Amino acid sequence: MIDRRLFLGLGAATWLTPQLALAAAATDRRLVFIILRGAMDGLAAVMPVGDPAYAALRGNFGPPPDAGVPLPLGPDFALHPALAQTGALYARGEALFVHAIASPYRERSHFDAQNVLETGGTAAYARKDGWLNRLLPLLPATGEPAIALAQTLPMALRGTATATAFAPSQLATADDDLLARAGMLYAADPQLHRLWSDALAARTLAGADARGKANPAGLGRLAATFLAKPHGARIAVIELNGWDTHSGQAGRLNAQLRQLDTVIAALKDGLGADWAHTVVIAATEFGRTAAPNGTGGTDHGTGGVAMVAGGAVKGGRVVTDWPGLAPAKLFDGRDLAATTDLRALFAGLAAEHFALDPMRVARRVFAGSVRPMSGLVRG
Amino acid sequence: MAPPSPDTFAIAGNRFGLGLRADDPPPADPRADLLAQFDRFDPRPPAIAALPGSAQMAAHFRSFLEQQRLRLRRDMVAASMAAPTATATSATPPDEANRRQELRRLYTRAYGDQVNGRIAAALTTPAPFPERLVHFWSNHFSVSIEKLQTAGLAGPFEFEAIRPHIAGRFVDLLQAAARHPAMLLYLDQAQAIGPESPVADAARQRGAPRQPGLNENLGREILELHTLGVGSGYSQADVQEMARALTGWSVGGFVRGPAGQAAPDGAFVFQPGWHEPGPRQLLGQRYAGTGEAQARAMLADLAVHPATARHLATKLARHFVADVPPPALVDRLAAAHVASGGDLMAVYRVLVASPEAWAPAQPKFKTPWDWTISALRATGATATPDLRLAGALSELGQQVWRSGSPAGWDDIAASWAAPDALLRRVEVAGRLAARIGDRIDARALAPHILPGVLTAATAQAVGRAASPQQGLALLLAAPEFLRR
Repeated sequence: MIDRRLFLGLGAATWLTPQLALAAAATDRRLVFIILRGAMDGLAAVMPVGDPAYAALRGNFGPPPDAGVPLPLGPDFALHPALAQTGALYARGEALFVHAIASPYRERSHFDAQNVLETGGTAAYARKDGWLNRLLPLLPATGEPAIALAQTLPMALRGTATATAFAPSQLATADDDLLARAGMLYAADPQLHRLWSDALAARTLAGADARGKANPAGLGRLAATFLAKPHGARIAVIELNGWDTHSGQAGRLNAQLRQLDTVIAALKDGLGADWAHTVVIAATEFGRTAAPNGTGGTDHGTGGVAMVAGGAVKGGRVVTDWPGLAPAKLFDGRDLAATTDLRALFAGLAAEHFALDPMRVARRVFAGSVRPMSGLVRG
Repeated sequence: MAPPSPDTFAIAGNRFGLGLRADDPPPADPRADLLAQFDRFDPRPPAIAALPGSAQMAAHFRSFLEQQRLRLRRDMVAASMAAPTATATSATPPDEANRRQELRRLYTRAYGDQVNGRIAAALTTPAPFPERLVHFWSNHFSVSIEKLQTAGLAGPFEFEAIRPHIAGRFVDLLQAAARHPAMLLYLDQAQAIGPESPVADAARQRGAPRQPGLNENLGREILELHTLGVGSGYSQADVQEMARALTGWSVGGFVRGPAGQAAPDGAFVFQPGWHEPGPRQLLGQRYAGTGEAQARAMLADLAVHPATARHLATKLARHFVADVPPPALVDRLAAAHVASGGDLMAVYRVLVASPEAWAPAQPKFKTPWDWTISALRATGATATPDLRLAGALSELGQQVWRSGSPAGWDDIAASWAAPDALLRRVEVAGRLAARIGDRIDARALAPHILPGVLTAATAQAVGRAASPQQGLALLLAAPEFLRR
């Protein structure tokens, strides 16, 4: 086998191509959606150690020996050691995991699956806007225009409601006169005029955080900066790439999970007291094969895990209708079967967290075809 | 013949090409000239021919691997002789970290040279339309540099597998891309082994702790991205058959065991002992042959499949004509692909002849790469100004050969026209203009690079700028320069 360390690539932040996007609403509740692009292996992140078939499938295919010891999550599951800080939140009742979960999509294309994950539809490209964008009009109205802050807007936030994107930049800021004249150049161009106004607003809000190199801790803090403002953004989207572990999975996934763990911890630190009103949800487009492939990795699968953290979360639980990993129980004879719909989790979290009617959220945001989960958020 | 309208000239140079230069003379017949450019296109221009290829990149990697193997062997010997407590060494000894650091530095330098070569070719080419097609196909067969193995190879991939084949048959382009070491390593094919292959058999008899086996990554992306396109009707079983057929396709120099045939560094090698024996079934078609020829036969059929024709036609029309490609144009391009047996020139001829491509509006928002190259061409650059340009492309959101995904970069405005991205273009325009703006009269330049599309508002803003540098920055950031 090629040594796992060889996959770490050029520079430390190789697997991180982060994006951050936000939108505002007049509420003290915060919702952060972390998109894990590339299909995280849910069976490695939250290991079903209580399932006798797990050892047979994954045997010696666990975290690398130097990663530490998995954290027990009750009798049936254990958390990958790279998620230590998330594990501490779990122990405090501020994190939960939903296992054997997937979107309605049952094929294995990343790009289609991410479209379904972000649009909240039932098929790829069936909907033209993102589920978080459709959620925005249901939140208490705000007097000021909604603000979003990243280089480009992820699908989850695209749509008619105003949201924009912001990412830290290493560029020298152009002089004010050039910026003013460029603004005049775009005044008569509807598309560019709106982009320009949003860009200036976002950069003003970001202040000192506007410049710098993207890293997991910085990204979490930057998101917290926007979310913590009294009339600032209430919904943020963070994108973490690099979860497509077809080979050398142990080392790569360890590094990926550590990044995710760092983002969540930095969000908590940056939000301070506002963490109590925050829900963070990390989800991926699909799971990976139950058995490892022939090259020390896993191929595209179906069921996976979603992580929910935050001071507002009724945590300390693994929520699952566990289908089992015995050969006959696997989907298509190879994947963890999905028993929970991701949209049910999204709808339930959004409804409970923002005190909305769950059926209204299901109808307006997810076309009514889901039954929102309940009991996820502290009353 | 009457001189072409400024519109037609601008469309040929900006929509099909890489952006006009100040001294580009209007061709007598822009449509005919686009096709004539293929006679002038150089698959191996000097700026690229001077660079080391995949063989050298692979040799560096092999020597790194060998040193690492030596270290491991040394450690094992040491561990077997030492007391148990003394074996608990750190995971990465300093000398190995240094070697990896050194390889990374070497690859980073090679990457910088390759990016500069690509930029120089784009700036000096007498054939901008074929050059654009290089960028198009390189993105279609995207190899991203995240992995250390591919960091030095994405450039050679484009230079060796894409450039020579853009005007030939699609099947040759497909085979060249699928067999290149960069692709075999990027999509994890190089060490995939058939579960019933001789090598796997031997491992079973030995009772090896981990059985070698398949990896579906390349097989899946060939069907989903490179040929048929997602949702075109292939099944998971087809993906697995493709993956089985591809077993044994590997690369000399990179791969550590199981032992196979030796091959020169970076060269394609077929390992018969790793190949899954037996006939295969793909899309209902039986492939009786075995060995290397099996996957080749599949690729040959996939290359001319109607779904492939439609997939490629849609992407070409989206790239050159509109985010939502006109269906009639897609139909005609796909029909040309099928009728010609995948002759790419036949497809390009239909594209150039299509009225949809010559509509006067500017339907496309330039990608960061397109915008940067057109800005450099507009200002008369013939080489990369300095290495920081690679960094600027990254800040603009499109670092060369780093799409981060086998699907490549997106080709629609929604992916590029974003608030922060616009602000960054203005900043980069300001930086570029600060360096050369005093030597260029942007007022005189404007009508040359934007014939027929320059607005009075932009001309006025450029004319009223506070300095020549600011005037140039405004021209490069103008709405009609951001689009094509």
